[in-house]
Amino acid sequence: MSDTTQNGPMLAADGTTLKRSLARSLRREKTRALLLISPLLFFVFLSFIVPIVSMLFRSVENSIVQDTLPETVVALQSWDAQSGELPDEDVYAAFVRDMLVAIDEKTHTRLGSRLNYEETGMSSMFRRSGRQIKRLDPVEDAPFKDKLIEIHDGWGEVQTWAVIKTHSVQYTDGYFLNAIDMQRTVDGPAVQPENKQILIQLFWRTLQMSLIITGFCILLGYPVAWILANLPMRTANLLMILVLLPFWTSLLVRTSAWKVMLQQQGVINDVLVWLGMVDDAARLIIINNQIGTIIAMTHILLPFMILPMYSVMQTIPPTYLRAAKSLGASNWTAFWRVYFPQSVPGIGAGSILVFILAIGYYITPEIVGGTKGVFISNRIAYHISSSLNWGLAAALGTILLAAVLILYWAYDKIVGIDNVKLGG
Amino acid sequence: MSDTTVDGAFVQFDRVQKSYDGETLVVKDLNLALPRGEFLTMLGPSGSGKTTCLMMLAGFETATHGDILLDGQPINNIPPHKRGIGMVFQNYALFPHMTVAENLSFPLEVRKMGKSDREAKVKRALDMVQMGAFGGRRPAQLSGGQQQRIALARALVFEPELVLMDEPLGALDKQLREHMQFEITRLAHELGITTVYVTHDQTEALTMSDRVAVFDDGRIQQLAPPDQLYEEPTNSFVAQFIGENNTLEGVISKISGDTCVVRLDNGDEIDAKPINVSAVGDRTKVSIRPERVEFNKDRLNPDAHLLKAEVKEFIYMGDIFRFRLSVAGNDDFIVKTRNAPDAVRLTPGQTIDIGWLAQDCRALDA
Ligand SMILES: Nc1ncnc2c1ncn2[C@@H]1O[C@H](COP(=O)(O)OP(=O)(O)OP(=O)(O)O)[C@@H](O)[C@H]1O
Ligand SMILES: [Mg+2]
Repeated sequence: MSDTTQNGPMLAADGTTLKRSLARSLRREKTRALLLISPLLFFVFLSFIVPIVSMLFRSVENSIVQDTLPETVVALQSWDAQSGELPDEDVYAAFVRDMLVAIDEKTHTRLGSRLNYEETGMSSMFRRSGRQIKRLDPVEDAPFKDKLIEIHDGWGEVQTWAVIKTHSVQYTDGYFLNAIDMQRTVDGPAVQPENKQILIQLFWRTLQMSLIITGFCILLGYPVAWILANLPMRTANLLMILVLLPFWTSLLVRTSAWKVMLQQQGVINDVLVWLGMVDDAARLIIINNQIGTIIAMTHILLPFMILPMYSVMQTIPPTYLRAAKSLGASNWTAFWRVYFPQSVPGIGAGSILVFILAIGYYITPEIVGGTKGVFISNRIAYHISSSLNWGLAAALGTILLAAVLILYWAYDKIVGIDNVKLGG
Repeated sequence: MSDTTVDGAFVQFDRVQKSYDGETLVVKDLNLALPRGEFLTMLGPSGSGKTTCLMMLAGFETATHGDILLDGQPINNIPPHKRGIGMVFQNYALFPHMTVAENLSFPLEVRKMGKSDREAKVKRALDMVQMGAFGGRRPAQLSGGQQQRIALARALVFEPELVLMDEPLGALDKQLREHMQFEITRLAHELGITTVYVTHDQTEALTMSDRVAVFDDGRIQQLAPPDQLYEEPTNSFVAQFIGENNTLEGVISKISGDTCVVRLDNGDEIDAKPINVSAVGDRTKVSIRPERVEFNKDRLNPDAHLLKAEVKEFIYMGDIFRFRLSVAGNDDFIVKTRNAPDAVRLTPGQTIDIGWLAQDCRALDA
C-alpha cells in the first residue's frame, strides 16, 4: 500500500515520506545507542549466553564413542544386543583397529571414563586392556575375539557391548535420564538401581528447603521492613545500615561464623546448656544437617527479602491506615485488609529473589550442610570438579534452570509479575 | 467532669492544648462547642493547627491537655475505630487495591453488616454522590473530582453523626470545587450530619458554613457566622484574613460610647467604632471594607471627618470599578463601586475626599 502512495505525485510531501524520514532518524539514534552499549552486550554474550548455551549443548552431546570407535560402531549395527550372544569376530577386529588408533592418540582412557558413568568398571577395563591391545597387530594377530576375552573377561560379556552400542549415538538423553535417577539401557530408559538413586531426592530437598528458607525470610523480614518503613528517616537509615552490614562481610566469613555458632560445642549450645534449657549430654545437633543450612541461609538471604519489602512499604502512605481506622477497622483489620494487600508486591519480589538465590546456593550448604543439608548445586559442583562428569552436571544445571523458569512462569500466572515491585 | 461543659453541645473542645515536641504549643487553649447538625469550618493560614485539631477529634493524635467531648462523653481514651466519626482525607485515601464498591463496603464489613444490607447501602451512597455506575472501578481509574465524591460517600456510608473533612477540595479546579462545595453542604444538611470542615480558602468557608472558626497561632481568633465574620471582625487578624480590607494606623484621641475618634499617624482624624480599644491613647488599627468607603461628593456627610486621598490607579473589572488610593500614607487603600449609570469614575492623579459611616470603620487592636 505504501508503495502505491509513494509513487503518486500528490503524496510526495505527505505521511509516507514523513514516516520514512522519522524512521531513518530513529534508526540513527538507535544505532548510536546500540553502539554505546555494545561492549556491555558483548560482555554479557561472552560471559553469560555462551556458557549457558554450551552447558545446554554439553548435556546432550555424546560423540565420544563414535569418534573414538568409529569402525566398531558401524560393525555393532548389525548386532542385536537382545539376542544374548556376543558380537561376531568382525566387531572385535574393528574394535582392535579402533583401539590401536585411540591408544596412539591416548583417547581410550577418556572413553573409559565416559563409559564408566554408565557401567562401573569400564574405566579400568579400558586402561588395563589398552596396554595389551597396544602389542597386537591388526592383521597378523587375527582372530581377536578369544584374545580379547583373555585380556579381560569384560570383553566376553554381552553387557559391555550393549553399553557401547547404546551410547554410540551422537546426541543422548542419557545424562538427563541419569539426572533423574534413570539410565539408558538396550531396552530403553530404566530406573537406576536403588543404591544409586539420590538426585531426585536431592532436587526435592533443594526445592523444599528453598521454600522453607523463603518462608522464614518472609516471617523475619516483614516486621523488620515494616519498622524500617515507619520509623523517622534518620533512625530508619541507621537501621538500614545494620540490615546492609552483612553485605560488607565476605559470605565465607559469615558462613564460617555460623559454623562456630552452631557446633555442638558452639556458642548457641553453650548458652542453652548454661541456661539449663538443654542437657549437657544432649547438645543439639544443629549443624551439618538441614537445620544448619536453613538457619545459615535464612540469615544470609534475609537482606534480599527486606530490601524489596521496604521499598514497597515506603510508598504506602500512613493515611491509609488512618482512613481504615476512621472507618471502624481495628488495628489488626486495618493492617490485614488495607496495609498487607498493598505490601504483597514487596513480598512477591523478595520471595522470588530469595527463592531463586536459594535454589542455586552452593557455598553455605557446602560448609554447614554436612551430607544431609546439601543442595543440588553441591552435586553439580561435585560432578564438575571431582567426578568430571560434565555431561551430567550440565543436565542437572539445565533441569535446575528449567525448574526456576517454570516456577517463575507459575508465579506470573498466579500472582502476576507486574505485581512485583523491586523499587518504589 | 469539667465545669465548663456546654449543655447540648455535640462536640466540645474544652481547654485543649497540643504539643508535638514538648517545647511549643501547636494548639493553645482551644474551646469550641458544636451543636448537633452544625456545619463548622476551621479556617486559618497554613500551620495554624487546623489538621491537628481534626486529628485529635478523630483520635489519631492525643491532646496534651484538656478534654474533647463527644455527646457529653470524654473521648480521650476511645481508640479511633470506636469513635464512629466519618473522615474525608485531604488526599482522599481511597484504598487502591479495592474497587469503589469495596471501598464503600469496607466500613460496613468491619461493622459485620450482612451482604444484602451492605449492597443496598453502598448503592444508595453511590447514587447519593451520582457515582452509581462506577462501583466496579479502581480509584486510580477515576478523576480527581470523582475520587473526591467516592471519599465523601465512603465517609458517609456508615451513617456517622459526625464527619470531619480536611481540605477535601484542595486538589480540584475552581469550577469543580464550587460544584462540590454545593454538593457537600447539600448532603450535610439533608442528612443532618454534624460537620467539621477544614480549609484555608476563605470563600469556601464563607459560602459553606453555619459558623466559621478562624484559627491563627493555635487559637481561635473568632468564631462566628460568615456574615458576622465579614462585617464585624473582632480583631485585626480576622479583619485582614477575611475578605479585602483597608487598614489605617493611629491612636485613640476621643472615645464615647460606640464611637471614637482616631488620630492617624499623619495627624488626620477619623471617626470609628471602638471594638477592642478601651481608652484614649490606645494604639489601634482601623479596618474598613473597600465597598463601605464613600467617595461620591454628593453623598459624603460634611459633618463627619473626611480624609484627603490621591487616586493612584483605576482598575476596570466589568461589574465593578476598583480604585487604588493613597490615603494617610497608605498607598494600598482600595475602594470599590458598582458599575452603575451614576457611578463616579475617578482618574489617576485626581485628589478627592473620602469618608464613611462610623460603624463601618472598626477600631481594632494594633
Ligand atoms: N506530626 C507532627 N510532628 C511535629 N509537628 C507537627 C506534626 N504535625 C504538625 N506539626 C506542626 O504543628 C503545626 C500545625 O500543623 P497542622 O498540620 O495542624 O497545620 P494546618 O493548620 O493543618 O496547616 P495546613 O493548612 O498547611 O494544612 C505546624 O507548625 C506543624 O509543623
Ligand atoms: Mg492541614
